[in-house]
Amino acid sequence: MLAKRIIPCLDVRDGKVVKGVNFEGIREVGDPVACAAEYNQQGADEIVFYDITASHEGRGVILDVVRETAKQVFVPLTVGGGIKTVDDIRETLRAGADKVSVNSQAVQNPQLIKDGADIFGSQCICVGIDAKKTKSGNWTVFINGGRINMELDLLDWVKQIEQLGAGEICLNSIDTDGVKGGFDLPMLKAVVDAVSIPVIASGGAGKLGHFAEAFEETDCSAALAASLFHFHELTVQEVKADCRSKGIIVR
Amino acid sequence: MIAILDYGAGNIFSVKNALDYLGMENVLTDDAALLRSADEIILPGVGAFPAAMRMLSQKGLVSVLKEEAQKKPLLGICLGMQMLLEKSYEFEECKGLGLIRGTVERIDAPGLIIPHMGWNKLEMGISCPLLEQLGDTPYVYFVHSYAAKCEDSQLAAWVEYGGSIPAMIYDGKYVFGAQFHPEKSGDTGLQILRNFGGLI
Repeated sequence: MLAKRIIPCLDVRDGKVVKGVNFEGIREVGDPVACAAEYNQQGADEIVFYDITASHEGRGVILDVVRETAKQVFVPLTVGGGIKTVDDIRETLRAGADKVSVNSQAVQNPQLIKDGADIFGSQCICVGIDAKKTKSGNWTVFINGGRINMELDLLDWVKQIEQLGAGEICLNSIDTDGVKGGFDLPMLKAVVDAVSIPVIASGGAGKLGHFAEAFEETDCSAALAASLFHFHELTVQEVKADCRSKGIIVR
Repeated sequence: MIAILDYGAGNIFSVKNALDYLGMENVLTDDAALLRSADEIILPGVGAFPAAMRMLSQKGLVSVLKEEAQKKPLLGICLGMQMLLEKSYEFEECKGLGLIRGTVERIDAPGLIIPHMGWNKLEMGISCPLLEQLGDTPYVYFVHSYAAKCEDSQLAAWVEYGGSIPAMIYDGKYVFGAQFHPEKSGDTGLQILRNFGGLI
């Protein structure tokens, strides 16, 4: 059986990890390549770079980061943030990424998912989603880092994403993100049940048991966290040991 | 020296990166003379079977690979592994290199997600020098929708995914095929590549 994946995410701006990473033994604080290598050592199943560089000129920097990381880290690498066109996808994959993650751009231009999947294969197109619960109890999709409500029903959107050929969904809950009270299990379950492509849980992990909880309560394929791992509150090893002790298959 | 066959398909840089990291001398090439003079050959591959076979044949490399595989270690990775078999049914029936007996067919795993993508644990079959010193839990990374159907006598490792899926095939002599990506499989994958380099 496939192992459940634990995925640390590094938020990178202008080539530096933001949120102040403080790993032992890393001299240059905030060096994304060194952080990726550290996560690899900890047993990360995949590493996500989320590029929050605002300027267009900054694009080249994240590609350099990927290029360098790919020379010393031999697990799948995913790059998200700022990918707007098929050429952006091509450039990112050529730099050594195994997958790209598209979010706002995919909502505004769903054809990007289809074109990307047709040209490069579904396996390298992950669609990131930020969603929030509505008053009526459904969920709606937001873009631009949760700032703009697209009035787009989450479950309609995930089905459309699958139809367009996406290989994976990374589902972030705006309601639970940063709260550290656990992943948004009802939302996660609804999405996992609506599609047959893998779903990555994101947003809300605050303690050890939250990862196992997501795998026990839903059929999600992976769980992602950023600050929890950044600040060394937990290591990937600890999360995996907890999952393993509960009978969840991890690498 | 290891020749990594660059026939214009897939992300071959990750294979090169891994060999560089391990300090294994290598070259990316589609030159028949270099393939003939190399100590070992790696046939990587991501993409579709018919297109990849067409490219090999346009470059005149089909017979080169068949001949060299009698003399030196050859490792096919992912699609490169599938191309070692006799034929594939991806899109259309298409002949492979025929270095290992068997066919390539779409994964039949009712109720499971296709592609088979992620980390899965190797279960060992026939003895194979690439699978030594992998530890107790050899997880490796897969991304594929088609899989080999081969004989148990050439099956070195398999994984469980709605049935058994061949993960490593071996002719008992020089020809190895890995359905997974050793270059993306962490320390386990690096050890497999190191084992391959150790055959020189």
